[in-house]
Amino acid sequence: MRFSANSVWASKAGRQKGMEEHMSMEHGYLREAYDVAVVGAGHAGCEAALAAARLGLETIIFTVSVDSIALMPCNPNIGGSSKGHLVREIDALGGEMGINIDKTFIQSKMLNKSKGPAVHSLRAQADKADYSMEMRRTLQNTKHLTIRQAEVSEILTENDLLNIDLIKNNTEYDTFETDDTSETGNDATGQNPVLDRAQIAAVRTVSGAVYCCKAVVLCTGTYLRARCLTGEMITYTGPNGLMAANHLTDSLVSHGIEMLRFKTGTPARIDRNSIDFSKMEEQKGDERIVPFSFTTNPDDVQIDQVSCWLTYTNERTHEIIRNNLDRSPIYAGIIEGTGPRYCPSIEDKVVKFADKNRHQIFLEPEGIHTNEMYVGGMSSSLPEDVQYEMYRTLPGLEHAKIVRNAYAIEYDCINPNQLDASLEFKKIRGLFSGGQFNGSSGYEEAACQGLIAGINAAMEIFGREPVILDRSEAYIGVLIDDLVTKENKEPYRMMTSRAEYRLLLRQDNADLRLTKKGYEIGLISKERYDAVCKKEERIEEELSRIAKVRIGAGKEVQALLEAYGSIPLNTGVSLAELIRRPELDYDKLAPIDPGRPEIPADVAEQVNILIKYDGYITRQMKQVEHYKKLEKKKIPEGFDYDQVPSLRIEARQKLKLYRPVSIGQASRISGVSPADISVLLVYMEQMRRRQV
Amino acid sequence: MHSDTIAAIATAMAGAGIGIVRISGDQAVEIADKVFRKKGGGTLTEQESHTIHYGSVWEDGEMIDEVMTLLMRAPRSYTSEDTVEIDCHGGVYVTKRILEAVLHAGARLAEPGEFTKRAFLNGRIDLSQAESVMDVIQAKNDLSLKNSIRQLSGALLHEIREIRGALLHEIAFIESALDDPEHISLDGYPQTLDERLGKAETKIARLLKSSESGRLIGEGIATVIVGKPNVGKSSLLNALLGEERAIVTEIAGTTRDTLEEQMNLNGILLRVTDTAGIRDTEDVVEKIGVERSKKYLADADLVIYVADASTRLDQNDFEILDLLAEHKVIILLNKSDLPAVTTEEDFAAAVSRLPMWKEKKEDLKMITFSAKERSGMELLEQTVQDMFFAGEICSDQEICITNLRHKTALSDALSSILLARKSIADGMPEDFYSIDLMAAYEKLGMIIGEAVEDDLVNEIFSKFCMGK
Repeated sequence: MRFSANSVWASKAGRQKGMEEHMSMEHGYLREAYDVAVVGAGHAGCEAALAAARLGLETIIFTVSVDSIALMPCNPNIGGSSKGHLVREIDALGGEMGINIDKTFIQSKMLNKSKGPAVHSLRAQADKADYSMEMRRTLQNTKHLTIRQAEVSEILTENDLLNIDLIKNNTEYDTFETDDTSETGNDATGQNPVLDRAQIAAVRTVSGAVYCCKAVVLCTGTYLRARCLTGEMITYTGPNGLMAANHLTDSLVSHGIEMLRFKTGTPARIDRNSIDFSKMEEQKGDERIVPFSFTTNPDDVQIDQVSCWLTYTNERTHEIIRNNLDRSPIYAGIIEGTGPRYCPSIEDKVVKFADKNRHQIFLEPEGIHTNEMYVGGMSSSLPEDVQYEMYRTLPGLEHAKIVRNAYAIEYDCINPNQLDASLEFKKIRGLFSGGQFNGSSGYEEAACQGLIAGINAAMEIFGREPVILDRSEAYIGVLIDDLVTKENKEPYRMMTSRAEYRLLLRQDNADLRLTKKGYEIGLISKERYDAVCKKEERIEEELSRIAKVRIGAGKEVQALLEAYGSIPLNTGVSLAELIRRPELDYDKLAPIDPGRPEIPADVAEQVNILIKYDGYITRQMKQVEHYKKLEKKKIPEGFDYDQVPSLRIEARQKLKLYRPVSIGQASRISGVSPADISVLLVYMEQMRRRQV
Repeated sequence: MHSDTIAAIATAMAGAGIGIVRISGDQAVEIADKVFRKKGGGTLTEQESHTIHYGSVWEDGEMIDEVMTLLMRAPRSYTSEDTVEIDCHGGVYVTKRILEAVLHAGARLAEPGEFTKRAFLNGRIDLSQAESVMDVIQAKNDLSLKNSIRQLSGALLHEIREIRGALLHEIAFIESALDDPEHISLDGYPQTLDERLGKAETKIARLLKSSESGRLIGEGIATVIVGKPNVGKSSLLNALLGEERAIVTEIAGTTRDTLEEQMNLNGILLRVTDTAGIRDTEDVVEKIGVERSKKYLADADLVIYVADASTRLDQNDFEILDLLAEHKVIILLNKSDLPAVTTEEDFAAAVSRLPMWKEKKEDLKMITFSAKERSGMELLEQTVQDMFFAGEICSDQEICITNLRHKTALSDALSSILLARKSIADGMPEDFYSIDLMAAYEKLGMIIGEAVEDDLVNEIFSKFCMGK
């Protein structure tokens, strides 16, 4: 098909027309126009593209392989400690991950059930192939969303695009050469990097095709200049032997973006038929399965589950590893990227924790369509002969056959301090990014960033305020704030300890915290919104009822207390006081609470938690109040720190580098002292008064 | 705008006849009412703005001082917030005790420069002064931080680091178990933790106690004992301490180095330094001692000059007395157990001939004393106390405040440890412990000027082997 040589791209208005007109072939290459272009179709890219398309924007998602949409190249699970929180939050905001895993899991467990509600975390084993296919199906069935297999090699700003068009029209190139400083925001010129931002205009693929767009979301995962290492063997591919993306880095660097190099790794996959499970401990899923998504009916997910298996390394394993350390690319110094400390390779574990004589290893099914078993806890980049030797020292793996080798992978990512909390680049308007590209790790961390980046790309196009969750609202807020505010020296992983208000940010109340936000954004239906409002009301009603209920020291009461090993009453107490006893809870006290109305289980759960941990929750809410005050003090865009006297030099440098949006964010930057914050407050007050 | 209420000592304590504790914030009046008893009854809350009230400050059923309180309601005060000023008789001890009472009643110790900052933010300070406000804030914080660290002894720094290290280790263990429950188990851990926290509690309580007696950072009135060799300086120190501490011999110049001791004299804290006898000497070792004595004199709040009443005053005495002319001095005529050669009258007459002592001669504080028989001790104590309450002598204000900051941080840390132990006793889930332990860790960090940053995450990854 051939299109008119007269481009519809000459005017911006042209981009708004219908799809058919939006394609043209000029000088042998293709041109198309979309609202949003998402680069990469992993967990971040899928959420970004779905969010933008669901908000009604014409969206194109690029992937090096359509078969690898929502691929899980490492562990076969979704959720886990703090990651389960992220999935719940994604769901409450209208993202897809929770729904997708509910459709494709093969085992599910609520972790930390014996501990406090703040650290309960859902984790499911996924059928990897189903997960990927189901997500692909969702993408395919989403209106306004186009899937394209192509490697994006360049980002183009308005100036870049103008130059291309001029070259094409044989105009003198020099005349319109971009003023470099406005593109790169070079501080040395004294120009304000924020006010002179470049504007994204398009992406170009290796084939030369140009896709014009108003916003770009980069979710390149581990594919940028990726290389995989198994001992001495190095292949220049992405995960699973997929094609790497080798060109985009250069384009980003030429636009003044600072790149980092990170690494991560994955264990071998072993043929289940070669494993002797009788020598391992079976790990079953929960009896009653709790779904991830608030929209999933729990009764629909009570499936027959598949088991995982536990075994251990031993001294022999460790000896083999130690004897072959010189052949490990990390210890031989071949790997330059920084790896994550929280999922160390088995080599690292043996070296760093030399006093441990065994490590737990979990064999986890990769799905029901495959024989492959993931060897959790044993990622490695040792050569394949050593891998065979070491895996076979484990009880049950004596005759193990490796289907896929373990490997380490190195990739380019960015220093995320170049992003705003909206996940937009400070230097380039309309350029957003999410996922491992931002220096994080993990499917869930990626997905939630993709969701926020996609939403904010849309918000910008709509001329609406960006969606920024703060540290007191969501783990997502903590994660993004950490990424853009703190120094990031390794792939960032979510942990509950990173959330200072974790008692408030529970996985059980993600809907109460975020559904309204999702509704305002436009990704949550009115019905869902109304349901959450109703739930809130019911919780309030029940709390105020309980506040008035007193329990006397009657026979029935004492008998019930005794049954639960609780100390009998001397005198009447409030019902709340009894709920707070560790051995009791809201449900257990039902028989002695005759006035109790019928309420749904999820309402009862909230009531129980809010009463039981009232003291701590109130304390954290007070801390949040203080926190919010500083968050609300916004630092104007383009604020000139050089004009503030009395700032210490280190603070000034850091503030100029990070450009925090609020006093609160500024106070979290390492090297900025409380006195510097006071000075900033005084200076801002001075500015304000001058303007009055 | 600011919901919390702050308090601080608003006067320079050195030599001031009056001390002012200022309270500012939403709850200033309410807090003042908790410690202030108005003469004739009633509360400050009921009073009009810009009124003065006579009464007394009390804590734990004990009266601290008679005071005047000044009530200024928002916005007509320095900070534009509700403000109460408590004017007391001055002196470090009383002013500090009143401040402490106010802090216990719910105020927070003001950050350095915080009153000025609030005054500016609330529009009370002229725009043109903004820059100097910023300078003041930065400079005061700087000074406070430097003082805080400088005044900590190496041993104390080490001890706090040790407690913090232990706490961090426990938090990291809990957190890694929460993060990776399938690899790290907390079975039976609460009991272990409780024992360990018991130890931390004891240590912090001990530090808190020493901060209360001012020992934490050398708080107290810098008192220096001087005199010629062998007049009985070390014997005096021993008498004050009631123990053999300094070397006492008949040979002149046995105290080669200076000794420092802290003692509580009827509630007034003295930091007493015994110096080598000051006199011209050729002995190199002794020379160092003499130089050091001169240096100690320079920082002294109070000097006790010891003379030997059983011998005649000589040129050495007069030379030393010349060095003391600018100081607050108590003169002890020691060895009254021996036949008197120099009487109080002789001494007064001799001093009146010294040109530099002209202004002092009317008000000489002289005590006939015997270190051996301990006579004159009560009079010495009474004299020190009188001088203190008259505001003639006082200790360094900065040190006092630093100590108060440390004390507040220690007591907060201790409460957090207690809360964690209570959570253990109440059978709360493990994740609750680390909330309180982290708070204790942060508070202890404030004492040694260390922020939290990524300590926890680093500790988790370096000490505990996580899965995947």
